[in-house]
Amino acid sequence: MAIIVNPEKCSGCETCIESCPFDAIVMTDGKAVINEYCNSCMTCLSGCPEGAIIETEEKVQSSEQREKNKAYKDVLVFAEQRQGKVSSVAFELLGIGKKLADELDAKITAILLGAAEVEAQELIKWGADKVFLCSDPSLEQFNDDAYSEVLAKVIDEHKPSIVLAGATSVGRSFIPRVAAKLRTGLTADCTSLEIDKDTGDLLQVRPAFGGNIMATILCPDYRPQMATVRPRVMKKGEYIEDRTGEIINIVNTGTQSRTKVLEFVKEVSGVSVNIHEADIIVTAGRGIGGEKGMKMLEELAEAIGGAVGATRAAVDEGWIPYSHQVGQTGKTVNPKVYIACGVSGAVQHLVGMQSSDIIIAINKNPEAPIFNVATYGIVGDIFEIVPMLTSKIKEIKG
Amino acid sequence: MNIIVCVKQVPDTSEIKINPETNTLMREGVPSIINPFDLHAIEAAIQIKEQTGGKVTVLTMGPPQAETSLRESIAMGADEAVLLSDRAFAGSDTWATSYTLAKAIEKLGADIIFCGKQAIDGDTAQVGPETAEFLNMPHISYIKKIEDVTDSSIKVQRMMDEGYDVVESSLPVLLTVVKELNQPRMPSLKGKMAAKKAQITTMGMADIGADENSLGLKGSPTQVRNIFAPEVKAERKMIEGSPEEQVENLLKELKEIKCI
Repeated sequence: MAIIVNPEKCSGCETCIESCPFDAIVMTDGKAVINEYCNSCMTCLSGCPEGAIIETEEKVQSSEQREKNKAYKDVLVFAEQRQGKVSSVAFELLGIGKKLADELDAKITAILLGAAEVEAQELIKWGADKVFLCSDPSLEQFNDDAYSEVLAKVIDEHKPSIVLAGATSVGRSFIPRVAAKLRTGLTADCTSLEIDKDTGDLLQVRPAFGGNIMATILCPDYRPQMATVRPRVMKKGEYIEDRTGEIINIVNTGTQSRTKVLEFVKEVSGVSVNIHEADIIVTAGRGIGGEKGMKMLEELAEAIGGAVGATRAAVDEGWIPYSHQVGQTGKTVNPKVYIACGVSGAVQHLVGMQSSDIIIAINKNPEAPIFNVATYGIVGDIFEIVPMLTSKIKEIKG
Repeated sequence: MNIIVCVKQVPDTSEIKINPETNTLMREGVPSIINPFDLHAIEAAIQIKEQTGGKVTVLTMGPPQAETSLRESIAMGADEAVLLSDRAFAGSDTWATSYTLAKAIEKLGADIIFCGKQAIDGDTAQVGPETAEFLNMPHISYIKKIEDVTDSSIKVQRMMDEGYDVVESSLPVLLTVVKELNQPRMPSLKGKMAAKKAQITTMGMADIGADENSLGLKGSPTQVRNIFAPEVKAERKMIEGSPEEQVENLLKELKEIKCI
């Protein structure tokens, strides 16, 4: 379908311009015109007092297309590994994937590249009915070219209806290539997945504008339906020690790769860098004042068992590397607990963390916008509160 | 060295306010800017040009008003600008956008293509890698440092979740960049003059030889079914009292939620 304006009815009131989240409506000669930015979200339809904005007929799926789609059945999960160990996001994908597969009366399968058979067994225990395993050592190291070729080939041969991967550095880098190769849709960074009861299509919900709006995306005409899924949002499936499944060994069909990883440099700065996967994040804002304040936060993070995050201000001051930055130009995180210390709460920061389960804000300024998104707020001096909190937590934990 | 930078015009989210009642975006009067990550892409391209010589072309797909972002890029130091604008492009998802960009890049020719890591409105980070696939070209995502460039290869640092990879690639290659890569320059006076006078090339469906069935809404595998406001969080609780009491009460809450 497409959204069009009936110029006969358009009164030129401009109400629709405000209602559009994509800046896709402009006024030309006193009439609304929909431009290239239109996403067909239909928000403007109800926004038009004249009823001048209408949706053209639904795209009718050809019977040929429908027949072709019928050949696609299972749910396939790309199981990412790091240093040979399957990442926890893969178990989360198996959790949601199994739910979807059950609804479709289909199987849940996984693909694992560059790891040993014992890891494939883990995937079975976490719910996979079948695992495609390529233990070729040349795939131990992530590589866009090879990974996308091997995955595309498995999809082509086994025709899953749904393909899920983690929205991690790896997943977000190479999965788009697979979607482009297969001429199918890909939805980034999904936070909810469901099956449409009527059509059997996958309803993919994702945040846009840094989480300020949510969109439901469909891929009705093409298969597989592909999505990257935000880590730590989906629940892991049930781990059953004696679950059995099938392991199918596949060969590395990746041709000569054009890129080569020369080395991996792990960045250690006392605490875990990977704020994507942390359950608890302690974040430093400009209010921490400098390296001494940074040290103080690192101690809290260590005591509570969390990672250290930072606002753009703290990174720009050079107190902590960019890899810790949370927000629009940094990372988007959603830990169970987010402790913002001396963070004022600029919109650009909020969009990167407001989906955290629980937000604790400590700031001396009671007017700081961070309190608007906080679950718990403490107005006070971080240099007084944080050290006290750290030592109490240490006491409790022994 | 022919370098193409793909840019996108986006609403300036720092100017966006959220309506506290409906929790929706209030976009009235919000200015459009070049996607912040793309500024770092432009800077990287200009730096390579300064080093090796060559030409930097900025490319954007959008309605005619997207021309502003192209002129701003020229003011920074880009040499040429191409606007991909056609009604047939309307409603493109990442697949169709990437296809269209790739078709234009094929026409223009490039040794290196730079993109920002992602656009701040859609946040998908998919257009870079998908475009590379359509061009049958390697890509490297999240570049934070360029170590070396030669006529036939490039060595860069790629940001990963727990550190960075040093990656080497043959040219041509597509790179998506993070903001740590560099500090984008401000437009110079000379640049601003050039921007005013610059001829912007506009290309449509026929100019890039694209297949109509792969463009715009028609060519897009994904469809937006609906858009809604995220769930509003529960009321916040302010923890009052002396600092000691505040810490004690916070600890109680942390225990409650099994954080400690």
